[in-house]
Amino acid sequence: MTHHQPELDLSPKVSDEVRKTTCYMCACRCGINVHMKDGKVAYIEGNRDHPVNRGVLCAKGSAGIMQHNAPSRLRAPLKRVGPRGSGEFEEITWDEALEIATGWLAPIRETAPEKLAFFTGRDQSQSFTSLWAQSFGTPNYAAHGGFCSVNMATAGIYTMGGAFWEFGQPDWDHTKLFMLFGVAEDHDSNPIKMGIGKIKARGARVIGVNPIRTGYNAVADDWVGITPGTDGLFILSMVHCLMKSGRIDLHYLAQYTDAPVMVNADETSPQHGLLLRDEDGKEQVIDRRTGKLCAFDAPGVRPDLSATYEVDGVTHRPVFHHMAEKYLADTYAPEAIADKVGIPAKRIRAIAAELARIAFDEAFELQREWTDFRGETHKTMTGRPVSFHAMRGISAHANGFQTCRALHLLQIILGTVEVPGGFRFKPPYPKPATAHPKPHSGVNPGAPLNGPHLGFVHGPDDLALNEDGSPARIDKAFTWENPMSSHGLMHMVISNAHAGDPYKIDTLFMYMANMSWNSSLNVGGVMEMLTDKNENGDYVIPRIIYSDAYSSEMVAYADLILPDTTYLERHDCISLLDRPICEADAAADAIRWPVVQPDRDVRGFQSVLCELGAKLGLPAFVNDDGSQKYADYADYITNHMRRPGVGPLFGYRGAAGRQTGRGDANPNQLDRYIENGGFFISHVPEEAAYYKPWNRDYQDWAVQNALYDAPQPYLFSLYVEPLRRFQLAAEGHGERQPPDHLRQRIIDTMSPLPIWYDCDSAGTEGYDIHALTQRPMAMYHSWGGQNAWLRQIHGHNPLYLPTNLMRAHDLKDGDWAHVSSPHGRITVPVMEMAALNPNTVWTWNAIGKRKGAWALDEDAPEATKGFLLNHLMHELLPPKGDGLRWSNSDPVTGQAAWFDLKVKIEKAEQIAQTRPDFPAQTSPVGKGPRLLRWKVGR
Amino acid sequence: MTALPERTDRKLGLVIDLDTCVGCHACVISCKGWNTENYGAPLSDQDPYGGAPSGTFLNRVHSYEVQPPEGAAQLVHFPKSCLHCEDAPCVTVCPTGASYKRVEDGIVLVNESDCIGCGLCAWACPYGARELDAAEGVMKKCTLCVDRIYNENLPEVDRTPACVRTCPAGARHFGDLSDPASDVSRLVSERGGVDLMPEQGTKPVNKYLPPRPRDRLARDAAEPTTGEIDVLAPFLEPVAETPQGFIGWLDRALEKL
Repeated sequence: MTHHQPELDLSPKVSDEVRKTTCYMCACRCGINVHMKDGKVAYIEGNRDHPVNRGVLCAKGSAGIMQHNAPSRLRAPLKRVGPRGSGEFEEITWDEALEIATGWLAPIRETAPEKLAFFTGRDQSQSFTSLWAQSFGTPNYAAHGGFCSVNMATAGIYTMGGAFWEFGQPDWDHTKLFMLFGVAEDHDSNPIKMGIGKIKARGARVIGVNPIRTGYNAVADDWVGITPGTDGLFILSMVHCLMKSGRIDLHYLAQYTDAPVMVNADETSPQHGLLLRDEDGKEQVIDRRTGKLCAFDAPGVRPDLSATYEVDGVTHRPVFHHMAEKYLADTYAPEAIADKVGIPAKRIRAIAAELARIAFDEAFELQREWTDFRGETHKTMTGRPVSFHAMRGISAHANGFQTCRALHLLQIILGTVEVPGGFRFKPPYPKPATAHPKPHSGVNPGAPLNGPHLGFVHGPDDLALNEDGSPARIDKAFTWENPMSSHGLMHMVISNAHAGDPYKIDTLFMYMANMSWNSSLNVGGVMEMLTDKNENGDYVIPRIIYSDAYSSEMVAYADLILPDTTYLERHDCISLLDRPICEADAAADAIRWPVVQPDRDVRGFQSVLCELGAKLGLPAFVNDDGSQKYADYADYITNHMRRPGVGPLFGYRGAAGRQTGRGDANPNQLDRYIENGGFFISHVPEEAAYYKPWNRDYQDWAVQNALYDAPQPYLFSLYVEPLRRFQLAAEGHGERQPPDHLRQRIIDTMSPLPIWYDCDSAGTEGYDIHALTQRPMAMYHSWGGQNAWLRQIHGHNPLYLPTNLMRAHDLKDGDWAHVSSPHGRITVPVMEMAALNPNTVWTWNAIGKRKGAWALDEDAPEATKGFLLNHLMHELLPPKGDGLRWSNSDPVTGQAAWFDLKVKIEKAEQIAQTRPDFPAQTSPVGKGPRLLRWKVGR
Repeated sequence: MTALPERTDRKLGLVIDLDTCVGCHACVISCKGWNTENYGAPLSDQDPYGGAPSGTFLNRVHSYEVQPPEGAAQLVHFPKSCLHCEDAPCVTVCPTGASYKRVEDGIVLVNESDCIGCGLCAWACPYGARELDAAEGVMKKCTLCVDRIYNENLPEVDRTPACVRTCPAGARHFGDLSDPASDVSRLVSERGGVDLMPEQGTKPVNKYLPPRPRDRLARDAAEPTTGEIDVLAPFLEPVAETPQGFIGWLDRALEKL
């Protein structure tokens, strides 16, 4: 047949209209163009103008159309009619649903507001939901940070006023070496891929530190397959090498950190280890020009890193002396720790040397004048082109807080935070811990809580304890067991509520949190707690209200379901009051808006809270006459004022929409955002772009944009004084004293300088293999499993074993193995992977599903071959024989120690179904179709 | 059987950077979304919520482990779609003329109205780049987004294949590989771009940029037994051996600031 070309239409119509909103297929918050045909969603692509993703979009984002149309979407409010866990419901009206909720909640509020525990999962409206909880009056509110990455956030804020991801980013345009620790593939997902692509395109290099060589670690120029839980030791060993060789930025340490600040060295003093301050509370340093003591921010001061100071017979030594004493010790020498971390000593030295070489020998100057907070003008900005990023891989260990601190110490001694080529904060960060609220837990029946729930403690006085010393909160956040639990401990709520410890609750109210499945340690135990009955035949946790858009595993355990919309059917604000979308060079916020209307009887959860809040008479949600204050969430976004002139959105404020930051409410604000592509951006001036904590122009710009109300320059805290205050209490100083059994642990773990300690392995003898999960780039939590396209990519999650363990256990691909921990046993399919730490096994997170959930067939591979490692974990560590049960979490913050899991492997018989296998839950939404041919514009 | 054109005016194709591809599957789904909604029949999915979901994709990412003779194993992410070969065996094997290569740009397409779904082309393609859509019964393959790259309803900047537009890591490049001055040709030349399975004689237009060498930093250091002197060692020479010596160094260093 001869060559024959048909006529093609090369310019077909793409869509009727493009509607620009914000993605919610993960937490990354990219801008999306939703192409509409005949009023329906036809195609989703990235928004090129958007500061987060600049047009690109990941697999999840592009598959949003399948999420929006998923058969698992809830259709109407549901009332449970079968036993909890069965999934048997009847559909009810919204009037009835709200009447039930009001009937449960109103009496609690009048008598004992703490009997409501309100916890939200992956929502992006925490400043709103926390306002609701505060107005209700319960102290029991938090989001999911406690089981996610509170170690990272808290360590970063206490140390330098911000952490990674939403707090900051590498200077992708200038960095020459990017070092990445741990799992990060869903946190700042597209920006990190874009950044890696950008630096590789110009020949800059990537070092990946991760027991597993997938994703970013697969493209890393150098891969460090570290032993899980030892990152802090590896980092402090590099700190040792750099300090010992003098390859540190002394100028930076002296001018911008607390390294020169004086510390009380009198071991008998109740002030021992605290910083010397003047009457205004300002940290004191010795000025090298005069040899005299002065405040750290005195004009022109040259703080001395070396001089000591004596007053009233008490010697004070600078923080830097303590650093030298601690980190020069041979215990941190590479040779001393190589076996423990699984990296040869020479390689540790080589990586440290490379960091120093790039930071110092490839330093460069940006010709940009700037003025520091002491009034000194600098002609240039010095670049130190080494940057870092880390996420849950280092934070989800019981030593995660100090490990994250160690990483910041490494960044700071290299002088590479807030300088060109290094790590840069994103507005509203930098923001020191002292600029955040403290936690509040003061309850008054019938009235709001005495202040915001969550915050940063600065010593024992700030703990959330009752007068008798008992925990004020159901999750025991801000107690001696985990004093700095700034995000709360959502993972402890169900077990504490079930145990009635510290007290019983009445109603558990949750939003978007799959607590009966992948979001809990000890899944089977949590299922039992949710269904357990007392001697009267009543549920031990009396009432459960749950809101979600989809038929998740958790839906089956609720008594009342408030069905949410999909992300394309709702209003949201990605707010500067909350978790905004800023970039290092700009403050920015964004909205979601209903690009399509729901075709079911569902409502945006936040709008439901506006109505429920009004029905309950919550002061923040009613007008003076008692009528409903906000008609819906859009009304709240437009009209709520958090401080004078400051609302959820910072763009287009004022009646005319011309004000940025502060201004009256603008009734057309949401329309202006929509016209602008769904976001608003305010750029940081060039001279304010670096040295933000100390840069006058930045501080002034931040005040103008309402990020702060006054300039707040500060020093980085290599030495975190609040930690020392807890140690002092544990040593016996002060009025508020910890229980005796916690004293030594507080002293051991709450070091004011970063340390490393081994995660507790008591009771795990014989369980020697580390077991981890990673989140696939094309899946987000359990959500992706209902997505027809994404589940074809990640529908299976074998347990990956390194070659040596496959051989040792006579396993081949497709065989099955029993995997056990002190807490439980699972039986799962295995697969070999060579590019893996030799003592680590892993699987993809949250692929495994309970039968009947997510509108999947019961024979779906996610339910028959999929599994969770969560069954092997417990909220508590195995008994140590001391009569106590210790929490499986970081002793500083309470973060769940997901990655401390250790297991044993045995070959199993070939079977067809993973164990444990739970009975199917009834699907309240039926099952999906047999065939998809998704074409809107036929 | 079907003839190929004598020559094509241009050779449009993709250059895929295996050094940078993180294996995120963004290109896979973006392709699925665009090509379900656009060119020809939708890319269907069988049993999409069941026990054996299986759909049509024009682009898939495979991951391979590589064990070098020395050092740690590596993982390479390998996106694969039609390579728009100059000597495309899928075209010459087509009994109806449905498969053809365009004269103006070299894109290999299937004219779905002439396709009888016999599957010969899929057998002939050594790369496994074609998939028969089970619902429609026609052969589907990468069109290089022929309905995007010339589409006057799209802004000019968006006239690229959907997979290229969406790739977060910038690992996919689109252009004319017959023009030695094009960005894609320069990339191929600078980075040593290669043909996939050249021994098949298909002369693929798409090229792959190989991964850069891995794990070079202190290669000796990964082998502690070699005892060779590390070239970076002088950078970490101790300034002092005792704490007092360190403070002495510190004072001298601070004086110099």
